[in-house]
Amino acid sequence: MSGNIKFIQGNEACAEAAVYAGLDFYAGYPITPSTEITEFLASRLPQIGGKFLQMEDEIASLCAIIGASLTGCKVMTATSGPGFSLMQEALGYAIMAEIPCVIVNVQRGGPSTGLPTHGSQGDVNQARWGTHGDHAIIALTASNHQDIFALTVEAFNLAEIYRTPVILLLDEVVAHMRERLVIPQPGEMPLVERLKTTVNEGVDYHPYLPREDGRLPMSDFGGPHRYNVTGLFHDMWGFPSSEPRAVHGLLRHLVDKIENRVNQLARYKEYYIEDAKHLLVSYGSSARSARHIVEKRRSRGERIGLLELQTLWPFPHEMVREKCAAAQAVIVVEQNMGQILQVVKLAVDQPDKVFLANRIDGDFIMPSDILNILRLIQGKGV
Amino acid sequence: MVFSGSGGQGVITAAIILAEAAVLYDGLNAVQSQSYGAEARGGATRSDIIISDTIIHYPKVIQPNVLVCLTQEAYNKFYSIIRPGGLLISDTRYVQTEKKVDAQQKEIAMYETVIAKIGKPIVFNICMLGTVIAITGLVNPESIMKALQHRIPADFLDMNRKALDMGIKLGETAKN
Repeated sequence: MSGNIKFIQGNEACAEAAVYAGLDFYAGYPITPSTEITEFLASRLPQIGGKFLQMEDEIASLCAIIGASLTGCKVMTATSGPGFSLMQEALGYAIMAEIPCVIVNVQRGGPSTGLPTHGSQGDVNQARWGTHGDHAIIALTASNHQDIFALTVEAFNLAEIYRTPVILLLDEVVAHMRERLVIPQPGEMPLVERLKTTVNEGVDYHPYLPREDGRLPMSDFGGPHRYNVTGLFHDMWGFPSSEPRAVHGLLRHLVDKIENRVNQLARYKEYYIEDAKHLLVSYGSSARSARHIVEKRRSRGERIGLLELQTLWPFPHEMVREKCAAAQAVIVVEQNMGQILQVVKLAVDQPDKVFLANRIDGDFIMPSDILNILRLIQGKGV
Repeated sequence: MVFSGSGGQGVITAAIILAEAAVLYDGLNAVQSQSYGAEARGGATRSDIIISDTIIHYPKVIQPNVLVCLTQEAYNKFYSIIRPGGLLISDTRYVQTEKKVDAQQKEIAMYETVIAKIGKPIVFNICMLGTVIAITGLVNPESIMKALQHRIPADFLDMNRKALDMGIKLGETAKN
């Protein structure tokens, strides 16, 4: 058998993908259920010339990878809800200062320390709006190990292209279960490398002046150019500015560079959508239960389909509206109180046809939980 | 299938080895998961394994075709979830079966055989794996050995092979 087939946990699949994507520097503070990512990289990174740092907490972890990213490294940290809460301040900084980095949040039950060892998808809105101020964010998720691998590599690529933090929202169920992963050969998946400035030493370098395509070439800290990095609104040199035109221009740039590309950023999978009367919309581990139901019921001839979202933010409103248009009922399957339900309702033409099939007690959502909602919608009771 | 017992008996390790052997060496699909947290310490430990030749979506086991119980507590907690007509394997040393369930019940002296012939309980779980694969025919014994080879130190391989063979014999006897 080929050596690239592994039977591992989702957390390990994520860490393997980070290495594949070219991770140079990882800083983190272990927390269940993300610890295996930290553990794996603590042993692997030093073997391949990378650096691993265990920090004193999660704020320091994100700050450390922001610093390392500015020196030209590809960087990542991983945590769970409580740690992700601590990271929000530095997350805003990375958005404002346009620092490429990948932040993995393996979700567990919350709020607060909540349910450390049980799955949840309760941090979807936190990923969107956890840090203050107007901003855009990219958040991706996956339901199986092959997709975790692909989306982790994608997260690194998008972080480089858009000079932005990218959040990977995994959850305890996929993170801890073991299944097959085929690790692609080097070169099989495209990797985006850091776009570096061609401005020579001694020539004025503008770290925050976008090129025509919107991308901002970087100059490694410690290299030939001296420039300023700040969380304050800033001009093209990176120096603080409260000049209204500079403020307006920067905020619009930060939002537009992501929101204007919502269709390009939309990653999703669809199963039997065309003629589906009942359309399930799901993501992450919940999508496994949803897919289970769809495959079972399709084999009996029922017209049921699944739209599995992988890009949660920016939310692909148009795509979701189109896919949901022909369905009689749309059932959002998620392990929270309806965080994606709300955005799906905003996206579709008839919000009244959108229902929630959820589970919030820490147990993994069962096919029967979804079936009960389907029965209710059809007027059959549970 | 569900493997259950108490912490330290190696039921989770056995589940991982079985599923890994199925995926890496027998070309099947498998998903393995386990419960974490307070319920994973002491009490009854449980690991779920699904092995299939098609894609596995729902990753947990609701009604196992095969249920292995290595302690009384695990038996008491889980015997009722067995799929009607399924296979319930329990160990005679620790488990007194109380109720008749709609399953083929195999009470097998795995622990006592391991103690009598090897003298150490640490390969009890591998003996159990031997029994399971002999009765179900799910995974090739050589695949289990290959999975063991890259998980345990070479010095322990012989002992594990002995335990696996012992389990296979027990399983074959029980099958007939």
